[in-house]
Amino acid sequence: MSEAAPNPEAAAWRRRALLLAPLAAAGLGGAGFYAMLRGLGTGDYDPRGVPSALIGKAPPDFSLPPLEGTGLPGLSAADLRTGKPMLVNFFASWCVPCVIEHPQLMRLAREGVAIMGIAYKDKPVDSLGFLKQRGTPYARLGVDQPGRVAIDWGLYGVPETYLLDKGGIIRWRMAGPVTEEILAQQVTPLLRRYA
Amino acid sequence: MIPEIGHFALALALALSLAQALVGLVGAQRAEARLMGAAAPLAAGVLVTVLAAFACLVWAYVANDTTVLNVVQNSHSAKPLLYKISGAWGNHEGSMLLWVLILALCGGAVAAFGSNLPSALQARVLGVLALVALGFLGFILATSNPFERIWPPPMDGQGLNPILQDPGLAFHPPLLYLGYVGFAVTYAFAVAALIEGRVDAAWGRWVRPWALAAWSFLTLGIALGSWWAYYELGWGGYWFWDPVENASLMPWLAGCALLHSAIVVEKREALKTWTVFLALLAFGMSLLGTFLVRSGVLNSVHAFANDPARGTVILVLLAIYIGGGFLLFAWRAQAMLPTGVFTPISREGALVLNNLLLCSIAAVVLAGTLYPMFADLVLGEKFSVGPPFFNTAIFPLAVPLIGAMTLGPVMPWKRARLFPALQRLWWAALAGLAALVLCFAIEDNRVGPALGFGAAVWVILAAVADIADRIALFSRPRAAWARAKGLPRAAWGGAIAHAGMGVMILGLAGMGLATDTLRLVKPGESVALAGLDYRLIGVADAPGPNFSARRATVEVRDGGRLVTTLEPERRSFPVARMTTTEAAIHTTWLSDLYVVLGEERDGGAVLRIHHNPLAPWIWLGAAIMALGGGISLSDRRVRVSAPAAKAVKAGARA
Repeated sequence: MSEAAPNPEAAAWRRRALLLAPLAAAGLGGAGFYAMLRGLGTGDYDPRGVPSALIGKAPPDFSLPPLEGTGLPGLSAADLRTGKPMLVNFFASWCVPCVIEHPQLMRLAREGVAIMGIAYKDKPVDSLGFLKQRGTPYARLGVDQPGRVAIDWGLYGVPETYLLDKGGIIRWRMAGPVTEEILAQQVTPLLRRYA
Repeated sequence: MIPEIGHFALALALALSLAQALVGLVGAQRAEARLMGAAAPLAAGVLVTVLAAFACLVWAYVANDTTVLNVVQNSHSAKPLLYKISGAWGNHEGSMLLWVLILALCGGAVAAFGSNLPSALQARVLGVLALVALGFLGFILATSNPFERIWPPPMDGQGLNPILQDPGLAFHPPLLYLGYVGFAVTYAFAVAALIEGRVDAAWGRWVRPWALAAWSFLTLGIALGSWWAYYELGWGGYWFWDPVENASLMPWLAGCALLHSAIVVEKREALKTWTVFLALLAFGMSLLGTFLVRSGVLNSVHAFANDPARGTVILVLLAIYIGGGFLLFAWRAQAMLPTGVFTPISREGALVLNNLLLCSIAAVVLAGTLYPMFADLVLGEKFSVGPPFFNTAIFPLAVPLIGAMTLGPVMPWKRARLFPALQRLWWAALAGLAALVLCFAIEDNRVGPALGFGAAVWVILAAVADIADRIALFSRPRAAWARAKGLPRAAWGGAIAHAGMGVMILGLAGMGLATDTLRLVKPGESVALAGLDYRLIGVADAPGPNFSARRATVEVRDGGRLVTTLEPERRSFPVARMTTTEAAIHTTWLSDLYVVLGEERDGGAVLRIHHNPLAPWIWLGAAIMALGGGISLSDRRVRVSAPAAKAVKAGARA
């Protein structure tokens, strides 16, 4: 019998293939979603759409006053070129994810990584209380109470962390808390790469 | 202490679900009556424990227990009580708990009202529902525990996102979940049917009310969400083709197809495989929506916590439920052979066409939603698929759909002829055509709205013609009242739901003619739009319970006559550091006058004014559709299914 001619066996196969189609489609979709989730972890896939316009560029010019009571110097654009890679971290005492990422920042600071802090839209006394209670990971700390500098950086929200290479060029940005996984999978390798 | 009780209740519910799944599935397989009989009481136990857990969470919110992390992140003592309660499900963890609570309610309902089901079928359905509950309870306990403590407790919480502090949004998630989770029951029925290898008219009769109830709730939930977006976001639109909106539309479309194809199973014992597939698909789409919203794979204003670890767990659950369902389908659906036959031109034929078109629309929405994500993944390119794609792709599918939904109900089963059907609808068609031509002439030859008005009139009048025909209003008017009383409620419900769709199309067509303007005005100046004058009187401070606001006073005049005074606001919430706009809307039912207050500068204020013709009819139409679903649910046939149950038992013995 030729292949074109309808026969019960071919019809049965067609039916079987048709019945398998939903499973195949769901399987393909699932594999894609799995790849997306993997990519979210490694940074290959980012649904937030617009990657920071600043990546590959020097940060915008700014100069912020210090936070009274910490003894740390203030922060300006010139302080971001030290010949070593560093992190710039926007935080606020009113943000719970900042509390979540704080231990990771403290660990990095103990390991000798320079972290520049910017207190975003926060009362100085609250920022001070936050750091007194939980420790200070920052080498320098600027106070951006009106949030002007944050606008120039294109801040998405707090916490937000930028990684700068030794030439002071922005290489990476993380909108959201630096969790232990992100620290291990992204920050540490990047710090090594740009050292 | 109370949060720990809630946590414990969740763990207990997990254990009971496991027992329910084992007892139901194993009991039915071995045909052991005692095991099967234990499934229903266990479902009641799951319901009680989940309800207790939910009550504990609501208590933590109402008492503003700041030792509970979830309360700290989403609530604040200065919030009105309604939003303290609704805040309990305004976040990822709490909404998952609400999801499981509704699933437990569905299980309880199957246990309580399913006593006329064949016991094996009921046990299997309860077993499958318990499997679903098991997965999601495990998910909550492992990754999203709403009762997690924080120590030392902060002074107060951080407040609920202000745009969520709204009565519409307090009820939007529960309604939506009633819809999503209702499809879990039809899913469970489909899986049970696949295990048993049998679908018959009685099965269709039990599945249909669940599909109908889930669909009606989903209709209300989506409409409420769309209405909320309309008045709260202040963009003047009602649907944005946002991925999360699409995620709710896809199960709605699949469910809409399901409840229609279940009629064919019930009446004609045909379309069995297809109906089972739709039941799997509707729940699959609900789960897909859950995954998209909560895993962080897409970017949307609605998206919840961005946590890939959680996403992986949901993906595993999806693989088990959707993958497992489709695997069973590929393996077992072979056995189901149709017994009824019919010709393409018949009521079944129209229902098949309706099914294919609804599924095609769902496929378009699915493709448009997932394409940007997969393009980003595979090609590494950023795309945005917007309203132009959806509108142009769906329009050619919607036109034949409207044809099928009007012609189908007036055609007989098995075999029909097109001409007599058209004959019953000739005056509806004529009126629709008149509306089309009239609108085309008045509104400067604009095709889209004109087609919309024509379609709306045609759909509404076709539903009227259908009822008039059934009660013989024109041929024997004297007996019409008696016949109307005798007409099954399902017929009334169907016609009302179809008319509701027509009313909604009327609103959509009207919104096609919407106009707007954006202007900086000083107090005393006025703006003209669509024949009305909007005069800004002034802007003043207006305090609120947990926000401070600037409120503008705008007088709307038609010629010299004062139509209304509108007071749009900009509210700033100090706790959340957010500003929201409160649009002021005055509806004349013929149109909405919609004013949004923008920023203030140069001694004036920016006003955005929208003139939205027929806008309220969109949501009214949706409410009428849901009402039609409710009326159909109250049909005697749904309540009394004892004869069908006997028929199945007889069939099982044979």
